[in-house]
Amino acid sequence: MSDALATHAPMTPSPVVGAVRLSAAHPGDRGIIVDVRAESQVGDHGVDNEELLRRLLEFGFVEGAMIEVLHEGLFGHDPIAVRLDDMRVALRRRDAEDVWIKMDAL
Amino acid sequence: MSEAVLQAARVALVGNPNTGKTALFNALTGGRQKVANYAGVTVERKEGQLTTASGRALSILDLPGTYSLRARSPDEVVTRDAVLGRLTGEIEPDVVIAVADATNLRLVLRLILELKAVGRPMVLALNMFDIAQRQGLRIDIEGLQRELGCPIVATVATRKRGIDDLTAQVEGLIASGALSTTNTWREPSAMEIRDAHRNAQRILRAYVRPPERPDTLTGRIDSVLLHPVAGLTILLSLLFLMFQAVFTWAAPLMDGIDAGFTWLSLLVSQGLPDGLIKDFIADGVIAGVGSVLVFLPQILILFFFIILLEDFGYMARAAFLMDKIMGGAGLHGRAFIPLLSSFACAIPGIMAARVIDQKRDRITTILVAPLMTCSARIPVYTLIISAFIPDRVVGPGLNLQGLVMFGLYATGILGALSVSFLIRKVFWRGAVEPFLMELPTYKLPSTESVARNLWLRAQIFLSRAGRIILPLMVLVWFLSTFPGPPAGASGPAIDYSFAGLIGHAIQPLFAPIGFNWQMVVALIPGFAAREVAVAALGTVYAVANVDANVGALGARLAEQWSLATGLSFLAWYVFAPQCAATLAVVKRETNSWIWAGVMLVYMTTLAYLTSFVVYHAAVAMGAG
Repeated sequence: MSDALATHAPMTPSPVVGAVRLSAAHPGDRGIIVDVRAESQVGDHGVDNEELLRRLLEFGFVEGAMIEVLHEGLFGHDPIAVRLDDMRVALRRRDAEDVWIKMDAL
Repeated sequence: MSEAVLQAARVALVGNPNTGKTALFNALTGGRQKVANYAGVTVERKEGQLTTASGRALSILDLPGTYSLRARSPDEVVTRDAVLGRLTGEIEPDVVIAVADATNLRLVLRLILELKAVGRPMVLALNMFDIAQRQGLRIDIEGLQRELGCPIVATVATRKRGIDDLTAQVEGLIASGALSTTNTWREPSAMEIRDAHRNAQRILRAYVRPPERPDTLTGRIDSVLLHPVAGLTILLSLLFLMFQAVFTWAAPLMDGIDAGFTWLSLLVSQGLPDGLIKDFIADGVIAGVGSVLVFLPQILILFFFIILLEDFGYMARAAFLMDKIMGGAGLHGRAFIPLLSSFACAIPGIMAARVIDQKRDRITTILVAPLMTCSARIPVYTLIISAFIPDRVVGPGLNLQGLVMFGLYATGILGALSVSFLIRKVFWRGAVEPFLMELPTYKLPSTESVARNLWLRAQIFLSRAGRIILPLMVLVWFLSTFPGPPAGASGPAIDYSFAGLIGHAIQPLFAPIGFNWQMVVALIPGFAAREVAVAALGTVYAVANVDANVGALGARLAEQWSLATGLSFLAWYVFAPQCAATLAVVKRETNSWIWAGVMLVYMTTLAYLTSFVVYHAAVAMGAG
């Protein structure tokens, strides 16, 4: 079901109330991934959105995964390092646009 | 049947990166391994032999690490095709060993589900099992075996534990006549990847109890090493240390090798009668071998650091820290190590570019690496600067000669960044690959693995680069030697050789950038290695014993050349591909003459244009 959304949803906010894009998260932010999509309009990816989505999924950016932003780069706060369930992954913010997270209540 | 017994059974190692797959490969095969390239690609093919306790021969193939069979890089294509039995010249494996980091099973479980669909007999090696035990992680191996339908062996590759058990299981599969079932694997869609994850998650919940004492060390180290300011400071200090090491520690070794070969060639000269054979052996072969071997200390020191940092788990962190800075020029975060190394010598730099797994990013890095000012340029720069730039203080602590030297370095760096930016725009049409990278758990590197890897690099360099570099050196010697001067000739011998003829013939091409024929002739032997141009200039200007007498040559050049010509020569040396060995290594590393050709053409063009502009600007300002 969420897959249908991911493939066909227009550029709308996530259906999950209060979810934010991983690309906008700060170090210390933690929560759970609620949606991963293939819709970013970044034109100069070497791969299409569907391929980016599959790579994200393969790395474990899947709905239900626990995520915590650990670190960010000095320049432009980019890239970011996250804890994803029990592994650590680095990615650029531009590649994290379509990962939506629901933050834990503070 | 009998053939099957006689032939070694084929076993392929498949797993995520950072699971200790290579350590397992080493533990299985010991020293009995061979490294080659897969036909037509740059991916290394590592194969090793092993004889089991019962005398069965196994041939083990270490496939590149991957997160899925969906192949996103050339390395991963090899893994997929080898597993599927589609790889040209490769027979499909009889048994697959899936290698997993026992402390990090989530992603590998999904890969295992994919491998199951391929239908080959499989054994799962739960590697780094000691760490899992130390963390208090509990894995129900029995249950997992039932669930996955394949035997599971706990291993600690670095301590060679579980290896016999693993080979016994592989043998068991072969002996039981386990055959491949129908291959139902196809590229999964996003939905299928999600399903597989859900499945993996269910398996994980059912058979693995989370660690009681999870690793916190990695997190604590990261809070320092990935700190925006402290992390970058540490990285820069490390880079400085590496640069120093490659630059200065290698120097005595290189001098030693150099002296050794000079001595050897002297010995040969004394032992052999004068004549062509003596010249060929002393100046062609021995000098040629020497010019290859002399790079070895730098390569070993550089790779020592790279392997150590890679095994420790730091490389991914360094790439993380540098990604934004390198990204501005269209380079991958991992490109900085090769580029930094290229300050010592482009050859280890280009070889180090293999840490970049994306093909485009790697080729861009290889193409711009020779623009970084390598140490072989220094003798040339020193000569020309001392001849043409006044030794004058231009400010507090600022010397004009030093300033020019710095300017040459800066020009090289700016050149490299601009060219990589252009390559990205022109060749790759602005495409930027996604940057997704696992930050592995820190691990203490093992001495054995570092030593083995280092030995491997040395072998690769000597056998394969040497095979290309040596003939080129001999060719350059041949061109500079034949034909010999006629009897009673007064000019330097090189003047009458093919190099001299070529130099005279193409001099008109170089006239617009202010080069005289002596310079063009010197460029030809200088193609063997940049610093050789200094000796060659000494030869054409008949200055004896240039090594000890650089000052005399400088004075001679200052008489013979205008300032504009001197500056033009410097500009040429910043950009020109004056190094046959580099081109040979590019060919070897990219497995194609095309990229070596691209490099030759773009660097020559850039050098010519820059020299042209510099020469004419200088002439216009009255320095002609």
